[in-house]
Amino acid sequence: MKAKVYVTLKKSVFDPQGKAVHQALSSLGFPEVRDVRVGKYIELELGQIDKTKAEQKIKSMCEKLLANTVIEEFKYDL
Amino acid sequence: MKFGVVVFPGSNCDYDCYHVLKHVLDQPTEFVWHKDRDIAKFDCVVLPGGFSYGDYLRTGAIARFSPVMESVVKHAERGKLVIGICNGFQILLESGLLPGAMLRNQSLKFVCRFVHLRVENTATPFTRKTKKGEVLKIPVAHGEGNYFTDDETLTSLEKSGQVLVRYSDPLGRITADANPNGSLGNIAGICNLKRNVFGLMPHPERASEAELGSSDGVKIFKSILEIK
Repeated sequence: MKAKVYVTLKKSVFDPQGKAVHQALSSLGFPEVRDVRVGKYIELELGQIDKTKAEQKIKSMCEKLLANTVIEEFKYDL
Repeated sequence: MKFGVVVFPGSNCDYDCYHVLKHVLDQPTEFVWHKDRDIAKFDCVVLPGGFSYGDYLRTGAIARFSPVMESVVKHAERGKLVIGICNGFQILLESGLLPGAMLRNQSLKFVCRFVHLRVENTATPFTRKTKKGEVLKIPVAHGEGNYFTDDETLTSLEKSGQVLVRYSDPLGRITADANPNGSLGNIAGICNLKRNVFGLMPHPERASEAELGSSDGVKIFKSILEIK
Protein backbone atom coordinates (compact mmCIF):
# COMPACT_ATOMS: atom_id res chain seq x y z
CA MET A 1 0.00 0.00 0.00
CA LYS A 2 1.22 3.47 -0.81
CA ALA A 3 0.55 6.44 1.45
CA LYS A 4 0.78 10.04 0.28
CA VAL A 5 1.47 12.46 3.09
CA TYR A 6 1.12 16.24 2.75
CA VAL A 7 2.74 18.49 5.33
CA THR A 8 1.99 22.22 5.27
CA LEU A 9 2.47 25.16 7.59
CA LYS A 10 -0.58 25.87 9.74
CA LYS A 11 -2.80 28.69 8.52
CA SER A 12 -1.83 30.79 11.53
CA VAL A 13 1.87 30.52 10.62
CA PHE A 14 3.32 33.00 8.15
CA ASP A 15 4.89 31.26 5.14
CA PRO A 16 7.67 33.45 3.70
CA GLN A 17 8.41 30.89 0.99
CA GLY A 18 4.78 30.88 -0.14
CA LYS A 19 4.78 34.66 -0.16
CA ALA A 20 7.91 34.79 -2.35
CA VAL A 21 6.37 32.29 -4.79
CA HIS A 22 3.14 34.30 -4.80
CA GLN A 23 5.03 37.47 -5.70
CA ALA A 24 6.92 35.65 -8.44
CA LEU A 25 3.67 34.29 -9.91
CA SER A 26 2.13 37.78 -9.83
CA SER A 27 5.07 39.28 -11.67
CA LEU A 28 4.91 36.44 -14.21
CA GLY A 29 1.37 37.53 -15.08
CA PHE A 30 -0.82 35.33 -12.91
CA PRO A 31 -2.81 37.94 -10.98
CA GLU A 32 -5.58 35.44 -10.23
CA VAL A 33 -3.43 33.75 -7.59
CA ARG A 34 -4.75 34.91 -4.22
CA ASP A 35 -2.39 33.07 -1.91
CA VAL A 36 0.38 30.46 -2.02
CA ARG A 37 1.40 28.01 0.68
CA VAL A 38 4.43 25.81 0.12
CA GLY A 39 4.58 22.42 1.78
CA LYS A 40 6.10 18.96 1.60
CA TYR A 41 4.87 15.85 -0.14
CA ILE A 42 6.08 12.49 1.18
CA GLU A 43 5.39 9.06 -0.33
CA LEU A 44 5.52 6.01 1.89
CA GLU A 45 5.58 2.46 0.59
CA LEU A 46 3.93 0.38 3.31
CA GLY A 47 3.72 -3.14 1.89
CA GLN A 48 0.89 -5.44 3.06
CA ILE A 49 -1.01 -3.68 5.80
CA ASP A 50 -4.59 -3.32 6.90
CA LYS A 51 -6.02 0.12 6.10
CA THR A 52 -7.09 1.05 9.64
CA LYS A 53 -3.74 -0.01 10.99
CA ALA A 54 -1.97 1.95 8.24
CA GLU A 55 -3.90 5.09 9.18
CA GLN A 56 -2.93 4.72 12.84
CA LYS A 57 0.71 4.21 11.91
CA ILE A 58 0.84 7.17 9.53
CA LYS A 59 -0.77 9.44 12.07
CA SER A 60 1.87 8.40 14.58
CA MET A 61 4.69 8.87 12.05
CA CYS A 62 3.45 12.36 11.26
CA GLU A 63 3.15 13.36 14.89
CA LYS A 64 6.53 11.93 15.83
CA LEU A 65 8.66 12.88 12.85
CA LEU A 66 7.17 13.85 9.50
CA ALA A 67 5.46 17.02 10.76
CA ASN A 68 6.30 19.42 13.56
CA THR A 69 2.86 20.04 14.99
CA VAL A 70 3.95 23.32 16.57
CA ILE A 71 4.02 24.88 13.11
CA GLU A 72 2.73 22.29 10.67
CA GLU A 73 -0.39 20.27 9.92
CA PHE A 74 -0.63 17.12 7.88
CA LYS A 75 -3.08 15.07 5.85
CA TYR A 76 -2.69 11.82 4.00
CA ASP A 77 -4.23 9.67 1.28
CA LEU A 78 -4.03 5.91 1.17
CA MET B 1 33.14 21.74 35.12
CA LYS B 2 33.25 18.85 32.68
CA PHE B 3 31.92 19.56 29.20
CA GLY B 4 30.78 17.12 26.52
CA VAL B 5 30.46 18.49 22.99
CA VAL B 6 28.11 16.30 20.94
CA VAL B 7 29.13 15.55 17.38
CA PHE B 8 26.30 14.73 14.98
CA PRO B 9 26.97 13.87 11.35
CA GLY B 10 26.96 17.37 9.86
CA SER B 11 27.92 19.31 13.00
CA ASN B 12 30.44 21.99 12.04
CA CYS B 13 30.85 24.17 15.13
CA ASP B 14 31.90 21.27 17.36
CA TYR B 15 35.61 22.11 17.13
CA ASP B 16 34.95 25.81 17.80
CA CYS B 17 33.05 24.95 20.99
CA TYR B 18 35.72 22.45 22.00
CA HIS B 19 38.46 25.02 21.38
CA VAL B 20 36.81 27.71 23.51
CA LEU B 21 36.01 25.37 26.41
CA LYS B 22 39.30 23.49 26.38
CA HIS B 23 41.85 26.10 25.33
CA VAL B 24 40.33 29.48 26.14
CA LEU B 25 38.65 28.45 29.40
CA ASP B 26 40.90 25.54 30.29
CA GLN B 27 38.05 23.16 31.14
CA PRO B 28 38.06 19.36 30.80
CA THR B 29 36.20 18.88 27.52
CA GLU B 30 35.50 15.84 25.38
CA PHE B 31 33.70 15.14 22.14
CA VAL B 32 30.67 12.84 22.35
CA TRP B 33 29.76 10.89 19.22
CA HIS B 34 26.02 10.94 18.51
CA LYS B 35 25.86 7.16 18.89
CA ASP B 36 27.29 7.24 22.42
CA ARG B 37 24.81 6.93 25.24
CA ASP B 38 26.97 7.34 28.29
CA ILE B 39 27.24 11.01 29.15
CA ALA B 40 26.97 10.61 32.93
CA LYS B 41 30.40 12.14 33.59
CA PHE B 42 29.56 15.50 32.04
CA ASP B 43 28.22 18.48 33.97
CA CYS B 44 27.27 20.36 30.84
CA VAL B 45 26.42 19.01 27.38
CA VAL B 46 26.88 21.26 24.36
CA LEU B 47 24.83 20.71 21.20
CA PRO B 48 26.86 22.64 18.63
CA GLY B 49 25.87 24.34 15.40
CA GLY B 50 25.98 22.89 11.93
CA PHE B 51 23.67 21.00 9.63
CA SER B 52 23.05 17.72 11.43
CA TYR B 53 21.77 15.09 9.00
CA GLY B 54 21.88 17.69 6.23
CA ASP B 55 18.88 19.48 7.78
CA TYR B 56 16.77 16.85 6.02
CA LEU B 57 13.01 17.08 6.64
CA ARG B 58 13.43 19.94 9.14
CA THR B 59 16.41 21.34 10.98
CA GLY B 60 17.15 19.12 13.96
CA ALA B 61 14.29 16.73 13.17
CA ILE B 62 16.46 13.66 12.58
CA ALA B 63 19.20 14.53 15.08
CA ARG B 64 16.73 14.44 17.93
CA PHE B 65 16.37 10.68 17.39
CA SER B 66 20.13 10.10 17.65
CA PRO B 67 20.98 7.63 20.45
CA VAL B 68 22.78 10.36 22.43
CA MET B 69 19.65 12.51 22.59
CA GLU B 70 17.85 10.02 24.85
CA SER B 71 20.69 10.49 27.32
CA VAL B 72 20.64 14.26 26.84
CA VAL B 73 16.94 14.34 27.75
CA LYS B 74 17.65 12.33 30.93
CA HIS B 75 20.68 14.52 31.69
CA ALA B 76 18.38 17.57 31.49
CA GLU B 77 15.71 15.90 33.62
CA ARG B 78 18.32 15.37 36.31
CA GLY B 79 18.87 19.13 36.36
CA LYS B 80 22.26 19.06 34.65
CA LEU B 81 23.11 21.70 32.09
CA VAL B 82 22.49 21.64 28.34
CA ILE B 83 23.31 24.44 25.93
CA GLY B 84 22.26 24.26 22.29
CA ILE B 85 23.76 26.70 19.83
CA CYS B 86 22.16 27.37 16.44
CA ASN B 87 21.48 23.88 15.05
CA GLY B 88 21.79 22.73 18.67
CA PHE B 89 18.92 25.08 19.58
CA GLN B 90 16.88 23.67 16.68
CA ILE B 91 17.51 20.14 18.01
CA LEU B 92 16.39 21.21 21.51
CA LEU B 93 13.14 22.54 20.02
CA GLU B 94 12.53 19.37 18.01
CA SER B 95 13.24 17.20 21.04
CA GLY B 96 10.76 19.13 23.15
CA LEU B 97 13.36 20.18 25.73
CA LEU B 98 12.48 23.75 24.79
CA PRO B 99 9.10 25.00 23.49
CA GLY B 100 8.44 26.39 20.01
CA ALA B 101 9.82 25.80 16.53
CA MET B 102 11.99 27.46 13.90
CA LEU B 103 10.68 28.79 10.61
CA ARG B 104 12.75 29.90 7.66
CA ASN B 105 14.16 33.39 8.02
CA GLN B 106 11.59 35.94 6.96
CA SER B 107 14.00 37.20 4.27
CA LEU B 108 14.41 33.61 3.00
CA LYS B 109 18.13 34.33 3.06
CA PHE B 110 20.90 32.74 5.07
CA VAL B 111 22.05 35.44 7.49
CA CYS B 112 25.70 35.44 8.56
CA ARG B 113 26.85 38.52 10.44
CA PHE B 114 27.40 40.09 13.84
CA VAL B 115 24.22 40.99 15.70
CA HIS B 116 23.56 42.59 19.07
CA LEU B 117 21.77 40.80 21.87
CA ARG B 118 20.20 42.36 24.91
CA VAL B 119 20.37 40.23 28.03
CA GLU B 120 16.88 39.95 29.55
CA ASN B 121 17.46 37.71 32.55
CA THR B 122 20.72 37.23 34.44
CA ALA B 123 19.41 34.83 37.08
CA THR B 124 20.31 31.70 35.10
CA PRO B 125 23.38 29.45 34.89
CA PHE B 126 24.00 30.76 31.36
CA THR B 127 23.80 34.50 31.92
CA ARG B 128 24.92 35.11 35.51
CA LYS B 129 28.18 36.73 34.39
CA THR B 130 26.27 39.34 32.40
CA LYS B 131 24.32 42.37 33.53
CA LYS B 132 20.63 42.88 32.92
CA GLY B 133 20.20 45.02 29.81
CA GLU B 134 23.81 44.44 28.77
CA VAL B 135 24.31 44.30 25.00
CA LEU B 136 26.44 41.45 23.64
CA LYS B 137 27.97 41.46 20.17
CA ILE B 138 27.83 37.90 18.83
CA PRO B 139 27.46 36.59 15.26
CA VAL B 140 24.56 34.60 13.80
CA ALA B 141 24.80 32.20 10.86
CA HIS B 142 21.54 30.51 9.95
CA GLY B 143 18.79 30.12 7.38
CA GLU B 144 16.12 28.97 9.83
CA GLY B 145 16.25 31.01 12.98
CA ASN B 146 12.83 32.58 12.86
CA TYR B 147 11.52 31.58 16.28
CA PHE B 148 7.83 30.79 16.43
CA THR B 149 5.43 29.57 19.07
CA ASP B 150 1.75 29.96 19.88
CA ASP B 151 0.54 33.03 21.80
CA GLU B 152 -0.06 31.10 24.99
CA THR B 153 3.49 29.71 25.10
CA LEU B 154 4.96 33.09 24.20
CA THR B 155 3.10 34.75 27.05
CA SER B 156 4.28 32.13 29.51
CA LEU B 157 7.90 32.36 28.27
CA GLU B 158 7.84 36.11 28.80
CA LYS B 159 6.10 35.88 32.15
CA SER B 160 8.48 33.35 33.61
CA GLY B 161 11.62 35.10 32.41
CA GLN B 162 12.60 32.35 29.98
CA VAL B 163 13.60 34.75 27.22
CA LEU B 164 17.29 35.24 28.02
CA VAL B 165 18.50 37.17 24.98
CA ARG B 166 16.75 39.29 22.36
CA TYR B 167 18.02 40.82 19.11
CA SER B 168 18.56 44.53 19.67
CA ASP B 169 20.40 47.47 18.19
CA PRO B 170 23.84 48.38 19.64
CA LEU B 171 22.09 50.50 22.27
CA GLY B 172 19.86 47.69 23.42
CA ARG B 173 16.69 48.90 21.74
CA ILE B 174 14.43 46.11 20.49
CA THR B 175 13.57 47.11 16.94
CA ALA B 176 12.36 45.35 13.79
CA ASP B 177 15.57 46.42 12.00
CA ALA B 178 17.66 44.65 14.63
CA ASN B 179 15.80 41.38 14.07
CA PRO B 180 17.83 39.32 11.57
CA ASN B 181 15.25 36.60 10.93
CA GLY B 182 11.74 37.63 11.92
CA SER B 183 11.70 35.88 15.31
CA LEU B 184 8.66 36.56 17.49
CA GLY B 185 9.48 39.24 20.05
CA ASN B 186 13.05 39.45 18.66
CA ILE B 187 13.76 36.26 20.60
CA ALA B 188 17.34 35.01 20.14
CA GLY B 189 17.54 32.54 23.00
CA ILE B 190 15.30 30.89 25.59
CA CYS B 191 15.69 28.54 28.52
CA ASN B 192 13.35 25.97 30.05
CA LEU B 193 11.33 26.57 33.19
CA LYS B 194 13.97 24.84 35.34
CA ARG B 195 16.64 27.11 33.80
CA ASN B 196 19.08 24.29 33.07
CA VAL B 197 18.51 24.04 29.31
CA PHE B 198 19.39 27.00 27.11
CA GLY B 199 19.09 27.36 23.35
CA LEU B 200 20.22 30.31 21.27
CA MET B 201 20.71 31.00 17.59
CA PRO B 202 23.80 33.28 17.84
CA HIS B 203 27.23 31.67 18.20
CA PRO B 204 28.98 32.65 21.45
CA GLU B 205 31.86 30.28 20.57
CA ARG B 206 32.64 32.45 17.54
CA ALA B 207 32.93 35.53 19.73
CA SER B 208 35.02 34.30 22.63
CA GLU B 209 38.39 35.79 21.73
CA ALA B 210 39.15 39.44 20.96
CA GLU B 211 41.01 38.41 17.76
CA LEU B 212 37.67 37.30 16.33
CA GLY B 213 36.07 40.74 16.64
CA SER B 214 34.31 40.24 19.98
CA SER B 215 34.81 38.28 23.16
CA ASP B 216 31.31 38.91 24.49
CA GLY B 217 30.34 35.28 23.87
CA VAL B 218 32.75 34.00 26.47
CA LYS B 219 30.55 35.55 29.17
CA ILE B 220 27.97 32.87 28.48
CA PHE B 221 30.52 30.07 28.92
CA LYS B 222 32.03 31.76 31.97
CA SER B 223 28.56 31.96 33.51
CA ILE B 224 28.33 28.17 33.24
CA LEU B 225 31.64 27.79 35.07
CA GLU B 226 30.21 29.52 38.12
CA ILE B 227 28.00 26.52 38.82
CA LYS B 228 29.58 24.15 41.26
